[in-house]
Amino acid sequence: MSADQADVDQVAVGFQPGQAVRVKADERPGHVRTPAYVRGKVGWIERVQGAFRDPETRAYGGDGLPRQPLYLVGFQQTELWQPYAESAADNLYVDIYQHWLEPA
Amino acid sequence: MPGHDHQHDGHSHDVTQHDPEGAERNRVPYYGQRIYAIRELLIDKGVLTREQVQQQIDYMDARSPANGSRLVARAWVDPDFKQRLLSEPKAACAEMGIDASSLVEFVVLENTEQVHNLVVCTLCSCYPRPILGRPPDWYKSFAYRSRAVVEPRAIMREFGTELPEETQVRVVDSSADMRYLVLPRRPPDTEGLSEAELASLVTRDSMIGVTEAKQPSSSAR
Repeated sequence: MSADQADVDQVAVGFQPGQAVRVKADERPGHVRTPAYVRGKVGWIERVQGAFRDPETRAYGGDGLPRQPLYLVGFQQTELWQPYAESAADNLYVDIYQHWLEPA
Repeated sequence: MPGHDHQHDGHSHDVTQHDPEGAERNRVPYYGQRIYAIRELLIDKGVLTREQVQQQIDYMDARSPANGSRLVARAWVDPDFKQRLLSEPKAACAEMGIDASSLVEFVVLENTEQVHNLVVCTLCSCYPRPILGRPPDWYKSFAYRSRAVVEPRAIMREFGTELPEETQVRVVDSSADMRYLVLPRRPPDTEGLSEAELASLVTRDSMIGVTEAKQPSSSAR
């Protein structure tokens, strides 16, 4: 694959490490890899994992293109659960595709 | 004889008549029947051979947590290797003769005095199989998958792991393309141990993060 093709097949990286993000609170059927418990929650970009084919179309015979940037997103446990019964310093991380994220 | 009225004509009779619960236990479940039917179709149509199916089963069975234990023990004794394992994990695996090429992406999470990592896949059972083999049944259980994200310290306590309050617990939910391995902390008083002896302290559970590495027993030293 040429560099030009790679650009066409891939959504540009929209978030940088440290940036605050909110996971979209969408409900949609199908092979969604965004766990329900982080939807609507605010976290931060911990690291950019690269770009990967979108499982939401790939699971149904599609090609998963364009590739979506994938991020390791960090959350404070106290943001996810009220109350969180363990240490307030604890964090949770989950990989989220870019089309599930918006600036917070 | 009352209640014992069937004919004893050798042993050809259906044992399930005597043990309906056993028959239920041994029945191939729906998805099992389906996968066997698909396997037979693929063989009948010449897509796969029976030998190829068996080779793949053998390959899957050959992968075991020993691969992960070797990686961790090497990282404990060789700081340069540890850096490569953290920054280029697949290359570090190749260096050790471990084939991680079937992993989409591989990430190693280092435990420290300040941070303890715990891996779960809440959506299914994503797991670094080339490094750890097949996941244990509890890893795939609904109880672990739902509780690990909500009360990780309570889960670890059930595995006998009590972390200090000031240690930060980081749960990593591996639900997309990355597969995670925990690099546990080297236990104290292990300076004199060989790399192979160290590897024997690195359990599967410590690389998932529900426990720490084992302490050396006094007889091993």
